[in-house]
Amino acid sequence: MRVQRWTRTSKLFTSATVAIAVLLATVPLVFDPVVVQRLTNLLILVLLAAMWNALAGYGGLLSVGQQAFIGIGAYGTVFFAGLGVSPYPAMVLATLVAGVISVPISFLALRLRAAQFAIGMWVIAEAISILVRLDQNLGAGTGISLIQLNQYAPNFRQAYTFWLALAFTFIFLSALFFLLRSPLGVSLQAIRDDEDAARSLGVRVASRKRLLFVLAGFGCGAAGVLIGANTLFIEPGSMFSVQWSAFMIFMVLVGGLGTFEGPILGAILLFWIQTTFTQGGPWYLVGLGATAALFALALPRGIWGTIEERLGLRLLPVGYRVVEMKGEERTA
Amino acid sequence: MTIVNAVVQGIFLGAFYAVLACGLSIMFGVMRIINLAHGDIAVLGAYVVFVIVQGTGMSPFVAFIVALPVMIVFGYALQLTILERSLKSGILTPLLATFGLSIVIQNLLLIRFSPDVRSLGGEAGAFTTSSWQVTSGLSVSAFGIVILVVAVAVFGALQLFLSRTRAGWAMRATAEDADAAELVGINSRGVYARATALAVAIAALGGLFLAIRSVFDPLSGPTQLIFAFEAVVIGGMGRLWGTLLGGLALGVAQTVGAQINPEYSALTGHLLFLAVLIVRYGGGRVSFRVAR
Amino acid sequence: MTLLRVEDLDCRYGLLQAVRGVTFEVAQGETVALIGANGAGKSTLLRAIAGAHRPQGGRVLIDAADVTSMRAHRRVSLGIALVPEGRRLFPSLTVEENLRVAAARRGRWNVQSVLEVFPLLQARRHMAAANLSGGEQQAVAIGRALMSNPRLLLLDEVSLGLAPIVVDAVYRSLAGIINEGTTVLLVEQDLTRALKVAGRVICMLEGRIVLEGDAASVDRDQVVSAYFGLKRPA
Repeated sequence: MRVQRWTRTSKLFTSATVAIAVLLATVPLVFDPVVVQRLTNLLILVLLAAMWNALAGYGGLLSVGQQAFIGIGAYGTVFFAGLGVSPYPAMVLATLVAGVISVPISFLALRLRAAQFAIGMWVIAEAISILVRLDQNLGAGTGISLIQLNQYAPNFRQAYTFWLALAFTFIFLSALFFLLRSPLGVSLQAIRDDEDAARSLGVRVASRKRLLFVLAGFGCGAAGVLIGANTLFIEPGSMFSVQWSAFMIFMVLVGGLGTFEGPILGAILLFWIQTTFTQGGPWYLVGLGATAALFALALPRGIWGTIEERLGLRLLPVGYRVVEMKGEERTA
Repeated sequence: MTIVNAVVQGIFLGAFYAVLACGLSIMFGVMRIINLAHGDIAVLGAYVVFVIVQGTGMSPFVAFIVALPVMIVFGYALQLTILERSLKSGILTPLLATFGLSIVIQNLLLIRFSPDVRSLGGEAGAFTTSSWQVTSGLSVSAFGIVILVVAVAVFGALQLFLSRTRAGWAMRATAEDADAAELVGINSRGVYARATALAVAIAALGGLFLAIRSVFDPLSGPTQLIFAFEAVVIGGMGRLWGTLLGGLALGVAQTVGAQINPEYSALTGHLLFLAVLIVRYGGGRVSFRVAR
Repeated sequence: MTLLRVEDLDCRYGLLQAVRGVTFEVAQGETVALIGANGAGKSTLLRAIAGAHRPQGGRVLIDAADVTSMRAHRRVSLGIALVPEGRRLFPSLTVEENLRVAAARRGRWNVQSVLEVFPLLQARRHMAAANLSGGEQQAVAIGRALMSNPRLLLLDEVSLGLAPIVVDAVYRSLAGIINEGTTVLLVEQDLTRALKVAGRVICMLEGRIVLEGDAASVDRDQVVSAYFGLKRPA
């Protein structure tokens, strides 16, 4: 028997992924700014889904408060741009800030389990949003625009934002990918299966969870930066809205909790729903909520998880496969 | 005098939060479920009363009596369809399912009632806005007293139910060991359904109070949920009277914070909540205890 | 006449098969002891009979009626009561509340009569179950099962974790219950006690029945071999 990491399918798909990334980079050169903006939104959704899945699917940490980091990312950009930093470097800085802030927050939040953690994160998001609302420089309750972006012509602005989004998505997905392939990835699986048993085997549960938490904080901060850059107007009500959590939950639950490809599928699905049903208003949200609940109850593995289970298919080599060599006997 | 006034107002506000939190505490104590749709269910209750008041012109208090059976049926339905299924799966499932439910309720209300902010304060009668000027710096509102009395009565009734009645013992038994409860002839499914119906009914009462003392709209749910949850955590998860005290503490924290700066009120509540988390949850486990 | 019949029962925990194709009967008024090493499947079998574990295959029949898919709390009203392994009292409820919360059926057992059989509990009547000693808890657990005036009393390892002198007292009370004609199926690690109190003995190993016979006439060496799964020389 041999333990195999790369199947032919996964080798094919991984090279395809890199090719896709390169191809995507040409998008702003081909399409007009409106389409580019939409595709930027798609990338943001992919990033958000992947990060929420990193927390919930791989870490067992269900957060209803990741919008805290989205807001920190967006408002961090406003803050640094207000200090005179050039907009795009400001965005990178804001992402770093989000990641750094997630560390002390983790010491508080990770004390909590399950439901307490979920709502605890929500309360933290609310608290941060109130602090932002109180700051006049950040636009207080009414909101603010990233006017510093006006120095760029719309085409260029949209292109730069898109490339930044592409870069962020690629970086964070790759980080997650390599994390899961490392020994860390196996210990994460152990934690998910049985935390106490894992701990008794010497797995340092707390630091593993913290790593995922910080990664997700970074990633959601990056998403927040991009959301801010992609909209005309940044206000606390929408940046810190729990609706972002609703979207993340929908994408990951429907796509496939705990799989690598699932969240991407979920993001594409949500993107398609959003572009098709923009007139829906509350009805489309009813559909989202009902679907998420339905999947939680009936199809907990999501679309991709179910496919993976039925077909044994895995496009990206995150796991291990035990392969029998020819001539070996099957033992019970 | 203003600090004393703030504390008194805080106690009245806290009594309201305690009523909101009561149902959440029951569901957690009996089933270990945090119902993320709890706030929206309270708001739903407010809308049911609102519809009855609009249609018949009766007082909101009378309308509530009519709304109660509707909400209780809703509670049973909720348990038997969504919550029971989610109990069988992992720990995350009830959270995810109730979160989805929360979105559904909010948006269905939005579709039916529009985003307009509403209130039942006017229909509730003059006494709900009257107050006594005890001293120059301290005023006590009549409705505040009503809510405080009702809150204590509700918690007291619950205490009696859980410690003196067979159905109450059955509920505690099922909460402590559902498997053993089944083995002695207790229908655990029935107990869970009763707990949810109770939680929903009391949540609806919270919704009534919200509608009268303040305003509500389809998206008010999450705010109520957060305050209810904070009250439960501050008072100690799974402790019945703790939830009442937690609510009072939260109310006082908010009104005292408002004294410093009106925009700080919710924030001081959040800070108290986070402080309690830091102090109490040093990795400790949580269990359900009822005062004897 | 047959009170309990178990037919070809299969019980599994995930991938682990705990009970394999078990078939046996218990007649009214009998006392049967289930013996076997840890992990033999005895507790699972009792739980399946009581309705706490859903079997993957086979049937459980009470008075020739198929109760296999009946939930545990309803079997109590049919007269099946299980005293679970580890007592499993409700910690915050008092002795009396633990007794009274159990579903009651008409019969000679009520709070008063239970306290007469276990006089030590009289003084502890209003004490929370969590504060009782092991022996007292076992008494309450048995009393709680008796409250439903069972026709079939299932006892899972009542001697577990108790001092021998306490176990003696428990078994003395049990003798009284058995003498009144209640059908008893008990799991017992202590071979001597099992053979003394039971009329018939069933030995399980790795989920299967490997020996069945009258307690009085069964060969002791046979029992030991069956218990440990020792193969008899050809």
